[in-house]
Amino acid sequence: MSARQAVTASRSLDVARIRADFPILSRRVHGKRLVFLDSAASAQKPQAVIDTERHFYEAEYANVHRGVYWLSQRATDAYEAAREKVRGLLNARETREIVFVRGATEAINLVAQSYGRTFLSAGDEVLITHMEHHANIVPWQMLRDEKGIVLKVAPIDDAGELDLDAFARLIGPRTKLIAVTHVANALGTVLPVEAVTRLAKMYGIPVLIDGCQAVPHQAVDVQALDCDFYVFSGHKLYGPTGIGVLYGKAALLAAMPPWQGGGDMIRAVTFEKTEYNELPWKFEAGTPHFAGAVGLGAAIAYVQSIGYDAIATHESELLAYAIRELSKINSLRIIGQPRRRSGVVSFDLGGVHPHDIGTILDHDGICVRAGHHCAQPTMDRFGVAATVRASFAIYNDRDDVDALVAGLSTVREVFRL
Amino acid sequence: MSELRDLYQEVILDHVKRPRNSGALAGASHRADGDNPLCGDKVTIFLSIEDGRIADVRFQGRGCAISLASASLMTEAIKDKTEAEVRAMFERFHTGLTARDEEDAANALADLDKLAVFGGVREFPVRVKCATLPWHTLVAALDRATQPVKTE
Ligand SMILES: Cc1ncc(COP(=O)(O)O)c(C=O)c1O
Repeated sequence: MSARQAVTASRSLDVARIRADFPILSRRVHGKRLVFLDSAASAQKPQAVIDTERHFYEAEYANVHRGVYWLSQRATDAYEAAREKVRGLLNARETREIVFVRGATEAINLVAQSYGRTFLSAGDEVLITHMEHHANIVPWQMLRDEKGIVLKVAPIDDAGELDLDAFARLIGPRTKLIAVTHVANALGTVLPVEAVTRLAKMYGIPVLIDGCQAVPHQAVDVQALDCDFYVFSGHKLYGPTGIGVLYGKAALLAAMPPWQGGGDMIRAVTFEKTEYNELPWKFEAGTPHFAGAVGLGAAIAYVQSIGYDAIATHESELLAYAIRELSKINSLRIIGQPRRRSGVVSFDLGGVHPHDIGTILDHDGICVRAGHHCAQPTMDRFGVAATVRASFAIYNDRDDVDALVAGLSTVREVFRL
Repeated sequence: MSELRDLYQEVILDHVKRPRNSGALAGASHRADGDNPLCGDKVTIFLSIEDGRIADVRFQGRGCAISLASASLMTEAIKDKTEAEVRAMFERFHTGLTARDEEDAANALADLDKLAVFGGVREFPVRVKCATLPWHTLVAALDRATQPVKTE
């Protein structure tokens, strides 16, 4: 990107204005400016989300789908309006294809427990990749232990790219589900999910995409992708914790049994028999986290008001700058060099343990993730136990990168690198 | 920077570079594995106990500077000590790293010679587990624990 383009880009997204939308960014940590570079773990919240939640509790709160009174109807409308916002975000065909869950982890477990237990049997295969978050590994292992299914893992190369040929070769007559991440949380690799779904469709295999690290950074269109399930967590998209989304094609969701039983997911109950509610409520047993859903709706509106084009331009420019500056540091090794990268950069610095680096950076008010990022198989693939990961969001700027680089020189000083 | 220097003292960096008593101990009478799942630190402590005293000790592991240096310095500190003495040392070490009162902490560490270099850890509460992992594992070895020790 040329200097002139960079200027235009930063003009289309006014970082200073955006930073002002996030109250936490003005607080100081250990007397220093807060440099928050851990948004891939969870993003900070804009005032609009905080205000919406607060207003909901102060003025519109009552249980949903229950009361005949005005206030309950009001809360129900707000909840269902949030579902419509999610539908719009993902460009799903229908709102009933949007199931609210606790987060991506619960969404994947729901698919494994409902779809997997019903439609997969011993010897059937689930195909994942070597760069999944534990949330897209463990639910399938549990299904393996229960049903005797087989978990196949597509390899990645030294750059941290999915080996698409090997992936294609692993698809066989027993492959019954493909579950891949859209963006790898430990490496930042953007996976070729379009190619994955295209391949899968040739064999009629359903595809689940873990969109946790994608939705904060890029527009997602589940119809264009033609995926069968798409999951994400609200808290990584500037929304509240405890709320997330399972998108599923209506025909698939309709064929799946509920995975939890209770109130809200039923139409009629006698002791002999229960008639289940229709989609999506069939999968939302009990009082849902509707206040969280309303907050997520506000987060989506906030992101859309900025626009994914502006977000992508700003973030890719910043990521390129970060990689350029980090690469100048002696003995710093970036883990993974994917052609398409989004949001995160993972690295090793002279073999210093990431926890020591994390402590030293924290001392300067810099928050990074130090550890295995819930992706131990990815770490093993690169022969490291842990890495330092800096991740970027709409509110980060070059000052944050500069602070990180300065902090790393303190690490080098302390450890005499 | 000075607080960081208090944490990463010369002695600590030296033990990270040149860990003492590292490696497996053939014919160990006691052994235990410990890990901290949060950061992936792992340590194995081997003991050879004769007549109630630590005749020999070795450790194997991977981890951050604080946990490695703690393991290395611990092996030096406990050699030739009785089991009861070692347990009392851990008690003092723990107090030295966690006591609310600064003076209590300083007093506890004062008796521990070289181990006093870990005094700076008190200012970094999330790192206390790193420094105590080898000690917890040591106690497990003394108790002949068969379960891996976890600090989480
Ligand atoms: C790629 C990916 N998948 C799944 C998850 C799990 O998300 P949650 O803990 O919100 O359920 C994460 C979060 O770290 C992630 O990055």
